[in-house]
Amino acid sequence: MIKINDLHAKIGEKEILKGLSLEVKAGEIHAIMGPNGAGKSTLASILAGREDYEVTAGQVDFQGEDLLELSTEDRAREGLFLAFQYPVEIPGVSNINFLRTAINEIREYNKEEPVSAKDFMAMVREKSALVELDSKLASRSVNEGFSGGEKKRNEIFQMAMLAPKLAILDETDSGLDIDALRIVANGVNKLRTSENATIVITHYQRLLDHIVPDFVHVLYDGKIVKTGGKELALELEEKGYDWIKAELAN
Amino acid sequence: MSVDLNSTPLFFSELKETILPLSENEKKNSISFLNENKLPTTRNEAWKYTRLAKLGKSKFISSNSELESIDQYNIDPSATTLVFVNGFFSEELSSNDCPDNLTWSLLSQKNKIEETISDESEYFNCLNSAFLVEGVELNIADKAIMKNPIQIIHVLNGDAIISNFRIVVNAGKSSEASIITGFFSENGDSQFSNVISEINVAENAKLTMDKLQYETESTFHISTEKVKQARNSVFTINTATLNGGLVRNNVVVDVDGENCNTHMNGAYLLKNKQHVDNHTLVNHNVPNCDSFELYKGVMDDKSTAVFNGKVIVHKDAQKINAFQSNGNVLISDDATVNSKPELEIFADDVKCSHGSTTGQLDDEAIFYLQCRGLSKKSAHQLMVSAFIGEVLEKFENENVRTYINGLLKSRFNWDYVS
Amino acid sequence: MSKYTEDELAKDLEVQEYKYGFTTDIESDQAPIGLNEDIIRFISAKKEEPKWLLDIRLEAFEVWKGMVEPEWAHVQYTKPDFQAIRYYSAPKQSKKFESWDDVDEEMKITMKKLGISLEEQKRLTGTNVAVDFVMDSVSVGTSFKAKLKELGIIFCSFSEAVQDHPELVREHMGTVVPTKDNFYAALNSAVFTDGSFCYIPKGVRCPMELSTYFRINEGGTGQFERTLVIADKGSYVSYLEGCTAPQRDENQLHAAVVELIAKDDAEIKYSTVQNWYPGDKNGVGGIFNFVTKRGICGTNAKISWTQVETGSAVTWKYPSCILKGDNSIGEFFSVAVTNNFQQADTGTKMIHLGKNTKSTIISKGISAGKSHNSYRGLVQIHKNATNSRNFSQCDSLLMTDECGAHTYPYIECKNSSSKIEHEATTSKIGEDQIFYCLQRGISEEKAIGLIVNGYCKEVLNQLPMEFAVEAQKLLSISLEGSVG
Repeated sequence: MIKINDLHAKIGEKEILKGLSLEVKAGEIHAIMGPNGAGKSTLASILAGREDYEVTAGQVDFQGEDLLELSTEDRAREGLFLAFQYPVEIPGVSNINFLRTAINEIREYNKEEPVSAKDFMAMVREKSALVELDSKLASRSVNEGFSGGEKKRNEIFQMAMLAPKLAILDETDSGLDIDALRIVANGVNKLRTSENATIVITHYQRLLDHIVPDFVHVLYDGKIVKTGGKELALELEEKGYDWIKAELAN
Repeated sequence: MSVDLNSTPLFFSELKETILPLSENEKKNSISFLNENKLPTTRNEAWKYTRLAKLGKSKFISSNSELESIDQYNIDPSATTLVFVNGFFSEELSSNDCPDNLTWSLLSQKNKIEETISDESEYFNCLNSAFLVEGVELNIADKAIMKNPIQIIHVLNGDAIISNFRIVVNAGKSSEASIITGFFSENGDSQFSNVISEINVAENAKLTMDKLQYETESTFHISTEKVKQARNSVFTINTATLNGGLVRNNVVVDVDGENCNTHMNGAYLLKNKQHVDNHTLVNHNVPNCDSFELYKGVMDDKSTAVFNGKVIVHKDAQKINAFQSNGNVLISDDATVNSKPELEIFADDVKCSHGSTTGQLDDEAIFYLQCRGLSKKSAHQLMVSAFIGEVLEKFENENVRTYINGLLKSRFNWDYVS
Repeated sequence: MSKYTEDELAKDLEVQEYKYGFTTDIESDQAPIGLNEDIIRFISAKKEEPKWLLDIRLEAFEVWKGMVEPEWAHVQYTKPDFQAIRYYSAPKQSKKFESWDDVDEEMKITMKKLGISLEEQKRLTGTNVAVDFVMDSVSVGTSFKAKLKELGIIFCSFSEAVQDHPELVREHMGTVVPTKDNFYAALNSAVFTDGSFCYIPKGVRCPMELSTYFRINEGGTGQFERTLVIADKGSYVSYLEGCTAPQRDENQLHAAVVELIAKDDAEIKYSTVQNWYPGDKNGVGGIFNFVTKRGICGTNAKISWTQVETGSAVTWKYPSCILKGDNSIGEFFSVAVTNNFQQADTGTKMIHLGKNTKSTIISKGISAGKSHNSYRGLVQIHKNATNSRNFSQCDSLLMTDECGAHTYPYIECKNSSSKIEHEATTSKIGEDQIFYCLQRGISEEKAIGLIVNGYCKEVLNQLPMEFAVEAQKLLSISLEGSVG
């Protein structure tokens, strides 16, 4: 699905990623954990194509294509989805109109006919139920006046609507109470197939109780320094990140 | 060249040209301006809401006078105090000692006064230059961290007195200081303070100015603070206008260096026939700066308040955040407020906003307070305190706040302690 | 990553051709160029006007001669040479039209190009739009007259109204915008050639939108039309106004006067989509749009102005409400888009005279290119206007670092029981919003369209459907889906 090889990136003069490598195959869920400032959100931003960062070395292969050569919107159209840590409010633009525009542009890119209004509405109803999102929210302006939990659920709702190949959840658990966390996780689990993959970026282990990863990676100082199974997350929760730092120092 | 007195006698006909060492250029230009121009009228956009006809019909004289003491005007007893009566320096009432990191001099004692940086096409600026009686220049040393404030107390004493007075402040690099200016008047009617302050805030300096206005209801007061900020500097001006007949304050800030912060706060409480006009202008000439402005007022009786706040973000001054807010409460049907917050933006990567509200105290809240046993009057006072308190809290100097509370108590019999 | 930025959108808009920039080859009947008393007598005689109207014109001309052009607006332009303008240019035609079949072929083609094709008119028949078409100052056809007549509604050209309903015209004309009001209103009063007139009788709710389409066609002419809408007690009307002009490298002057009179309990909704030729991308040519629009409200009456301003080289326009009657309501909803070298100084005046009067101002300015876009508004609460309310929201969006957005609100309050709230913001189009859209697969161009459309939504929602569509296209915005 995606293969990241020796990725280096900086913002301004500051190097943030210092040779990150990672491979995710179809059907897998990977968790990336790490202390604040390790470069977790930077990784998500670079994969999505945010221009603030400069990639200085390395390659990213996404389904056989050079991801870094694609524009942000073409990455999305190729099936890469980023659930934002801070979803953006767009006043006056309804969620529905926003999604319909997105879906039709993606379909156009794939040389498909636009979705009919009827099919689209049926899809909205089905997918909003998945994340227990009030269908009224779907007709409100994008994220405007949404609570923190609603914004995150809206991200997963959009993910369900766009059916991406690779979803990157950037700190989707931050600011969620336990019920919202369960709903978001259920949504993600229901969307899981053998065809798609998910990268879960998180600081805490608790999300991983609900979304069980196949692999857990520890990102520290711009590199993946340790990889293990789901038990690694528990170990991190128990011992904190100092343990990793100490291990690296040795 | 001299002022042409052959035409109808003017309000300044009795005055003598300044003997201070101003540049010949400044003297000449200001006098010729006064000869060629009349007092601004309401047709002039800058004076749209303030009529000067009464001032024009008055006659003023300039004369020195003595005061017994300034105890009642001593805003902050911990401050280094300089006292000016009718614009003239009073050595006996001023502090004897001066902190090491401060040097000050009277403009009359200087060999040469730098040309004013203020707008020479402005009428009152020219009036100030033409008839300047005295002024003071404060130089705060580089890196000086002044523990106590510097206080300039300006008192008008006697009938029909005019004081054309000037303050120059140079805040040195990386210095931190606060200046208090207090304007008072006594023993006389129809007085006029015409004051210009030139304030230079050097790199990395932090300067706060607390300005208190408490002249009588028959006094005219027109003052301009012209501020220049160098990079990384912070400038704050807090103005409390608690008395005065016709008051016009102009604050003009040129932000010439990056990463500056500018704060302008003003509170005005008016009654009877007072007229208070606050004009502010922030020129964002360079990128990456923030400015904040909060002016609030309460108008009673037949008083009138004017607020005109303008923010100009010049071309290429990107990443500017400018916020401006003006709130007014009218508590009499004969009171008036005119508010004109303006934005002129010539750069695109900016966040600027302004808000202006005019209304009354919340009846529901007053009723609620009455239900809790407060008299209607104290409920009113409490609500006014809360409204105006937001500005008064910006005065960080506790002595100044205490002094303001005292003035409010004596003028409005209201207790503003929040 | 594709580099379609707002700069490029701005550029695209720049090179986008003004699609209404054609001229129609119709023989016209013209006055000599220039302005003097004889010209005014010529216009009046051509229109076979009664003496009282000629007197109004001549008096206005006298007043105008003593006036100077206003200079307070934030616009810069070469002042028109009033002696180089042709003040009367009428398409030659012998009869007035009762049905579209009577319309001259050339004219039909013009209308078709403007999007008010015969087919469309036919389709709209029985639905909801009656159109009065004003070309070069003269009304050339008003549709649906018969149908409206049944309800007692008068909808005709201004000159017809002068002939057929002189008492109504004489009673109301100049009561809202007096001759002396301002330089351009005085000029208009002296030389106006035609315009639209509308009267809704007591208690009648006009069943269709009334629409006037203005078109400047001849070179070297000015357009000085006058619109008078009278909604008698308890009546309702929604009125639409659209305008276009050919592409010319000269500046043509449009100085209109619109007067609205909403009597007790009446409501007038007046919508404008202004798309006069804005000049080319170098700022050459374009219309000078100096318009005085004002309405007066009786007790419980309501006047609502909605405008989408995309055209003209220079716009100077402040649709206003005099809230004279108690409980009356004034509204102003505006989107003003400026690009290239366009300059707009627009806003409103809300004059609160009556008790419990309410006004709302929503203004959205979008500046691109090297344009300047100013909001200028006055909210005035008089001493006796107890319990009055105003809410104003003025937002500006900046697309380039060479344009300007300015806000000049005047707030004057003399009543202690009234409440005024004014808010204004100026900001750049949100980069994080654009990125969010891109990440969902939406192209940058569409993203900007969506965001700008959302930004103006409050105003666009006020427009009748027919106009909303045109307005959205004009804002170069893809349609918000009708889904949901």
